[in-house]
Amino acid sequence: MKTTKELAPAKTLRKSSTGIHGLDEITGGGLPAGRPTLVCGAAGCGKTLLALEFLVRGATEYGEPGVFMAFEETGEELIDNVASLGFDLKALVAGKKLVLDYVYVDRSEFEETGEYDLEGLFIRLGYAIDSIKAKRVVLDTIEGLFAGLPNQAIVRAELRRLFRWLKEKGVTVIITGERGEGTLTRYGLEEYVSDCVISLDHRVVDQVTTRRIRVVKYRGTTHGTNEYPFLIEKDGISIWPITSVQLEHTASHERVPTGIERLDTMLGGKGFYRGSSILLSGTAGTGKTSVASTFAEATCRRGERCLYISFEESPSQITRNMATIGIDLQQWLKKGRLQFQTVRPFHFGLEMHLARMIKFITEFAPEVVIIDPISGLDTSGTSLEVKAALMRLVDYLKQKGITAMLTDLKMGGAALERTDAAISSLVDTWLVLRDLESNGERNRGLHVLKSRGMGHSNQVREFVLSDDGIQLTDVYVGPSGMLTGSARVAQEARERAEHVSLDEEAERQQLALECKRAALEGQIAALRAEFSAEEATIARIFSQDKQREASLASDKVEMGRSRQHDVVKSSGIRVRRTATGAKRS
Amino acid sequence: MRTPTASPKAKVVTVSPVEWDLRLYVAGPTPKSIAAFRNLEQLCEEYLAGRYRIEVIDLMKNPQLARGDQILAVPTLVRKLPAPIRKIIGNLSDTERLLVGLDLRAREANPFAPGKGKKHAR
Repeated sequence: MKTTKELAPAKTLRKSSTGIHGLDEITGGGLPAGRPTLVCGAAGCGKTLLALEFLVRGATEYGEPGVFMAFEETGEELIDNVASLGFDLKALVAGKKLVLDYVYVDRSEFEETGEYDLEGLFIRLGYAIDSIKAKRVVLDTIEGLFAGLPNQAIVRAELRRLFRWLKEKGVTVIITGERGEGTLTRYGLEEYVSDCVISLDHRVVDQVTTRRIRVVKYRGTTHGTNEYPFLIEKDGISIWPITSVQLEHTASHERVPTGIERLDTMLGGKGFYRGSSILLSGTAGTGKTSVASTFAEATCRRGERCLYISFEESPSQITRNMATIGIDLQQWLKKGRLQFQTVRPFHFGLEMHLARMIKFITEFAPEVVIIDPISGLDTSGTSLEVKAALMRLVDYLKQKGITAMLTDLKMGGAALERTDAAISSLVDTWLVLRDLESNGERNRGLHVLKSRGMGHSNQVREFVLSDDGIQLTDVYVGPSGMLTGSARVAQEARERAEHVSLDEEAERQQLALECKRAALEGQIAALRAEFSAEEATIARIFSQDKQREASLASDKVEMGRSRQHDVVKSSGIRVRRTATGAKRS
Repeated sequence: MRTPTASPKAKVVTVSPVEWDLRLYVAGPTPKSIAAFRNLEQLCEEYLAGRYRIEVIDLMKNPQLARGDQILAVPTLVRKLPAPIRKIIGNLSDTERLLVGLDLRAREANPFAPGKGKKHAR
């Protein structure tokens, strides 16, 4: 065992994986191998559990047996306490993977006379280590020695020797320590452990507790410096850090349908981009959950997985309600493509919510995540904190290429589009659901406020919840403004009626025109008839005149005959005129 | 390192009517161990002659016993008999305190001292 230290190359620090989710990430690979790490914190923040899990994971996952030396709890107590976390210490002990040693120190049972040292402890620990070839050791809480032994000077000297000795043994050690007033540990253990110090914290803010972990120092390596919330759940401790949030995600060109055909067409005909974030904002009852559920249903139908995080409704309530508009979520729940995670927002602190979401996302690995609504988190922190947290979440989702739909409940009266400056710049597509109130009724409208990277419709659509899901219809836009609902229906009817009467009018006018034409033509015919009559009259007059002239001439001849005048060859007036003319000339 | 010996009893000094059964835990023959044993033997001869038995247990040889008997410090003297069990740590150089620790002498301290006065009948 001593060789491990010698084998370790000098330039890079060897690390010992803890197997605790997230801890290896923030420590850059684990605790310093072959060295002691101090885990400090107040009572009840999970020090013992963290240390124990380090041993259990070491024994079960990394083939490194461990020794747990407890100064506070007996072996039986420990076994009972962690059984609920699924750690079977008894089996590990039986399999020689773990030694539990309870060190009982009670000052009242000691009398001190003269010099002594803690060689007994060394022998005890050494024996335990050697008996199972342990690579990991936990001393929980070694401060018990200070309380148990009267001579502090000896304890301090011996502790220094103990840590040196443990380093020589090459075992990776966790020493736990109770937080002191203004110091990391009550007895100043940090002065003995200089390699790695981890602080656990258990804070209550607004009656909500959040456990947090922070790597205070880690000599010779980089590490996450933030405080990260951690969970203690049925499978032990887990930390869900968002360690690297950079704008480096690759943008997908793939599109995912929204589940509402008409909405797809509004979004350039194809729906959202995969991996984009969609904000769905609206006041109460505008259909946010319905749109989200439709999207969830469409996701599952494609064979993908959808995680639905609800802060308002229970899974059964959502599935029941959605069934009434023809969205069957139950089938996808059964097939395991849909997962609900529902929790009241005030149940956890903001960071805890975030950590839990990331845990769910990591475990379920969905293609689509729906958070309904993000405004549920408003109660969990100041608006600044909430925004920062959401920003981290959205960035995280983008990095993972997960399409995220976030609904946002707006208070009535609040400006719909003013919301969440931080969020709006984060999201790629922003759908606004709104109330359109007129003529004594409310109707739902939907429009695309923005959608990055695609030509999208700028029109408001009326959004109708029917038995077969969501329908989007055109709203009526006319001289009397935008009409929806029954007003739209009425307007359409009116328009139809108007249309009909217009047709009739045109027909009537056409008829009138025909009449007019007929009248005109009649008139023309009459005129023509009159004209021909006149023409005939004139012709008749003309011929009568001729006749009269002829008869006059014949009368003259007759008269001359009767008067027996000389016969003039030429006849008629002309002859006479000529004679007259001839006379004149 | 483990030496599974049949009997942990390393050294039996006196075997007679055992009224006083004492165990001295040491870690090898260090000056402290030797001093402790010498001091103990001296005191026993003076106060408990013929009524005691001292068992010296070398934890170097029987490391497993450290756990079983809850030994941390060495040397540790454990009074197994008479009951109750008493533990005295150190090289036993302070005879007065040793006597008090073995309940061979009444405590001079305030009998109302918290937590302690009750246990000591003498």
